[in-house]
Amino acid sequence: MAELNSGGGGGGHKGGKIRSKKQNARVDMTPMVDLMFLLITFFMLTTTLAKPKAMDMAMPDKSEKPEDDLKIADFRSLNILLGANNRIEWYIGQADNPLAPPTVTNYGKNGIREVLIEQNKKVIAQTGDPKKGVIVLIKPSKQSVYRNLVDILDEIKITNLQQYAIVDIADPEIDLLKRDGLYK
Amino acid sequence: MPKVKVPRKSTVIDMTAMCDVASLLLTFFILTATARQPEPLPVDTPASVVNIPQPDTQIGTLTVGHGKVFFGVKEQPVRVKMLEKMSAIYNVQFTPQEKQRFATMESFGVPINQLKQVIAMNSTDRNKEGLQPGIPADSVGTQPSELHNWILQARYATKELSNNDMRVSIKGDSKEEYPAIKKVIDILQAQRLNKFSLITSLRVADK
Repeated sequence: MAELNSGGGGGGHKGGKIRSKKQNARVDMTPMVDLMFLLITFFMLTTTLAKPKAMDMAMPDKSEKPEDDLKIADFRSLNILLGANNRIEWYIGQADNPLAPPTVTNYGKNGIREVLIEQNKKVIAQTGDPKKGVIVLIKPSKQSVYRNLVDILDEIKITNLQQYAIVDIADPEIDLLKRDGLYK
Repeated sequence: MPKVKVPRKSTVIDMTAMCDVASLLLTFFILTATARQPEPLPVDTPASVVNIPQPDTQIGTLTVGHGKVFFGVKEQPVRVKMLEKMSAIYNVQFTPQEKQRFATMESFGVPINQLKQVIAMNSTDRNKEGLQPGIPADSVGTQPSELHNWILQARYATKELSNNDMRVSIKGDSKEEYPAIKKVIDILQAQRLNKFSLITSLRVADK
């Protein structure tokens, strides 16, 4: 590769002046562009553009005495039982004497969201105070997955309900889920 | 009929404009880059419409997935302090080098008596899937669980170093069964920590 051009080989210039070749002023940018795109690809793949989002959640304080429990009107409490296979069962009031019969539904726009909006309207009509809407009690069963919990919290955020809590599920409610095939 | 001569064009294109665009994009990506950290426990977070970004400072993240719990705090000084406090409780001694190495660990999930081995590994080995068994979350007798202590000491350390409360966030796998999450929430509530965040990815609302 390394050659010394001493002018002897082949006899290019016969005793004449050595003329420097006129160089083209244009540089070939192709390798540079190649490199640029390589780096862009690298940075695109290593960066995390979508930052994770934080959904704030508050749990009821456990250290309070059970006697201090706030009594809420039965017709305002909407119980949502999270069962297996991404299904939900909901009812209003108490499990042994529900004001609205337990109904099985799905997540999403046509499922639980409609229920939330509808029930909230009903409760507001009954209380006559827009601030006293429905109180959602979320009761995840052992066979629900974490995504179900986030989904239901998300629906509550979407429907803009203010009062909700995550509560432990009770045995009669598990029986309800079992009856409707949402719990094995 | 005379032939129409098509003038021969040069095949060389001017790359300058393309180069400009490329470097512009490159600059953008370099400036916005926050390198993705390798995670020892990769989880698939569920989606929600919440659009509040996770804060970067004074936060402890509990990663829950595949029945394991991993814990990590953001600031390196807090990590060292937290480790010192934990070593005092469980009577496991760490050398200054080990503390230094621990400070670079984004999150971890081993019982404290195995922590030394994990610290000694390099980061590729450490982040192999399934190597770290998770922090024990069950309490032994009257003793609180190790996870409970880690969170508590991290909160103390954050308070001492920056005089701010540490926020706790739970990063759960979307397929994780509820009892595993419930266990973690119970541990938080046992420390009278009733407010925390759930890490989710962004979803467009289907309106």
